[in-house]
This record gives sequence, structure tokens and C-alpha cells, in this order.
Amino acid sequence: MSVLSGRDWKSQPPYIDQGYKSTSLRGPSRSLVKIDPELAEMTGPAFGDEVIGSLDHDLTRNGRVNGEPLGERIVVTGRVLDENGQSLPNTLIEVWQANAAGRYIHKKDQHDAPVDPNFLGAGRCMTDDQGRYRFYTIRPGAYPWGNHPNAWRPNHIHFSLFGPTIATRLITQMYFPGDPLLAFDPIFESVPEAARGRLISEFSLDVTEEGFALGYVFDIVLRGTQATPMEGTE
Amino acid sequence: MSPRQTPSQTIGPFFHYGLNPVEANYPHSQIAGHCLASDQTLGEHIRLTGRVFDGNGAVVEDALLEIWQANAAGRYAHPNDARSNRALDPHFHGFGRCGTGANEQARFTFCTIKPGPAQPGHAPFISVTVFMRGLLNHVYTRIYFDDEAAANAADPVFSSVAPERQVTLLAKRYHTPSGIEYRFDIHMQGDQETVFFDL
Repeated sequence: MSVLSGRDWKSQPPYIDQGYKSTSLRGPSRSLVKIDPELAEMTGPAFGDEVIGSLDHDLTRNGRVNGEPLGERIVVTGRVLDENGQSLPNTLIEVWQANAAGRYIHKKDQHDAPVDPNFLGAGRCMTDDQGRYRFYTIRPGAYPWGNHPNAWRPNHIHFSLFGPTIATRLITQMYFPGDPLLAFDPIFESVPEAARGRLISEFSLDVTEEGFALGYVFDIVLRGTQATPMEGTE
Repeated sequence: MSPRQTPSQTIGPFFHYGLNPVEANYPHSQIAGHCLASDQTLGEHIRLTGRVFDGNGAVVEDALLEIWQANAAGRYAHPNDARSNRALDPHFHGFGRCGTGANEQARFTFCTIKPGPAQPGHAPFISVTVFMRGLLNHVYTRIYFDDEAAANAADPVFSSVAPERQVTLLAKRYHTPSGIEYRFDIHMQGDQETVFFDL
């Protein structure tokens, strides 16, 4: 019925990582139990344009109260595809991030940096029929965290994607080229070295919108699926 | 050369305003919530509730759970399930999302229906995906039902799990004044570590 490529553990971080302390009590300690994909794994939620509001793709506008958010406007675009090189159209992407000062709007963020009253930092978009997406935002700032002394997270945007089935689900973080904090970040460094570059967006002058916003390209590759629909009456 | 998988990263502690903002009282909409069933949904209506525990037995207050399931007829609302002998339910899509931080006891609660078995010889179950700070890759598990002992024993996945660990996949059924409730806790580590699947 189906072919589903497994999680590529040469590309994925481990569950327990010495550098990222919270993993020590939260990552599973026993081996995962391998199962052959059944219908449950060859299906998953599908979302249509009804979940996308008119400003959801534009974080520079969807949180405005009395003015424009502060910071450097950017446009982020890319292609979502699978390991077989197939474009994935109509795939939902959810994003969230800190503001330009490195502060999340989240109630539990204690970092002593200003909240921007005109920036929520969350949005959504869908890939088009070519698997391409695009959204506008403010370049997020770096912020400190408690993992180790003088620990700082590099600038990043959180991405959540579904893909065609629950097996293709992915939550990841997009980083920026040339960020000096990457080399000191245990979350980024948890990824096998050969795969880390896939999390760093590329600056693009072609994508950059003259007089308006710097452009970054971030392609995302999900697990491959090839399913023949289960039909008939069993 | 074929493209390689994009690595996973943790959801982090601050996802609520992006992924479940309505539940967490942020001014943003969310794509799905904890209630999958409406009055018109066919099947036995159930409440599914539980908590997530870390390796020290502490309750995890910042996890996000997603569930995916078949409808009462055992059909998934997805093009890959096009079986004409099992009806789609226009009032049920089968996907829900709930964080653990919204109440004081850090419980997740879904209102849904008990799915039908999706394939002959399989037990009914609900697929669960769990995300949290400190989890670099999400984990997958399944919720089976403790009142389905015979079907569970015959289920190819449930029966493939070591017998002493099968209990970690079972939700317990309770009759409460507000309806049928199934309770299911998730243990990330320890003697009761939940079985997580590589699928």
C-alpha cells in the first residue's frame, strides 16, 4: 500500500543530548519500538485555506495596535518538498518567534527586554501548488536562556509543518547565516554536524524587496511518502 | 542527489501563542483545539485526559499533544483512506491539539469519540504526537483502550510490544457523572516509560 521513509537518524538530533540539559529528563531513555506504517501513519490532518486569515502571512501587520513593529523587516520564502524531491503543495506552515529585541510575547518569558506592542510574532501560511511559501516578519533578536552560564539563543524562527501524513510532521527552527551564536548553541549543535547547514537560511538579493525587506530562503525537506490510496470495500 | 531531511528542533517553552493561542488566551486563532467532536458526531463520545511526567516524575506543564484518529466507522478523513464501505462523518475530522499548561494540574483533555477499528483484525486506537521543551524530536505513541482486551491482543502493533510494557499504551475507562472518561498518562522515562514508536 505504501512506502514511508523512516526518520533519518543521521540527520536528526538525539533524544538525550549532553549539551542541552532539559533533554536529560525529557527525552525517552528506551529504544523506540519500530512499527510498519498502517493507515494511521499514511493519513493525517489536511488543512485548507480556511485556516489562513488575511494577515496570517504577514507578522509585520497581524499584531499592530497603534503603529508598526520595530526592527528589520524580512521576507522568508522557500520550497517544501519531500525526500523524493516532490514538491508538497497545500501544506500548512505555522511560525512563531521573538521580537526584534529578543523577547517573546509569551507570558512566561522573563527576559528583561521590551515587548513590542505592535508585534505578536506568530503567523501561518500554506504552500502553493509548487510547494512554495512566503511570509513577512521582523528579524528576531537573540536572547539569553538558563541552560548554562552566559547562554544565548541565536536568532531563529520556529516552524511547524504537517506534510501529507502524521509521519511527516516536523517542528524545527530556522537560523540566519553568519550568526556567531550558532557555534555556542546546544540546540543547534545537537544536530549531526553534516546536517546543521540545512537549518540555516540563505540571504538572497533576488528575494529582497527593494526599499522594503531583506530576503531569506529556507527550503524544508520532509520524510518521503508514496501511498496508494486504500480503496474499494475491503 | 536526493534532498535530505530537515533536522527537527525542540518546540521550546514559548509556542503557545503560535500553536494553541486560543487555549492560552493570546489574540490569535488556532487551527484545531481539544474538542474534536460536536453533538452531531457519530459514535461513543468520550473525554480523554491525562498528564505528562518527566524522568523525575514531575508533571510537565509545557507539553503539546496532538491526536489523530479514525471516526466511529474506522475511516480516516484523508484521501489515502478511500474505502467506500466505511462512511465519512461530516462532523468529524479526527485531529486535535491540546497543551498541558492550561489548568492547574497540567492535564490535557480532549473531547472526542471512541474510534472504530480501522482495519480488520486491528484494535481501535488513537495516535498521539508529543512535543515539549527538552524534546529535540517529537515522540509518537498510541492510546489503546483497556476495555478492548481481546482486540488489543490480536492487534499487530499492540501485540508486538513486550507484554510488560503494553500497559503503558492502555487508557483506563471510567464512568463519571459527565460521561465516559479515559485516563492516559505519558511517562517520558523511568520504570513506567511509555512505549514510543519509530514509524
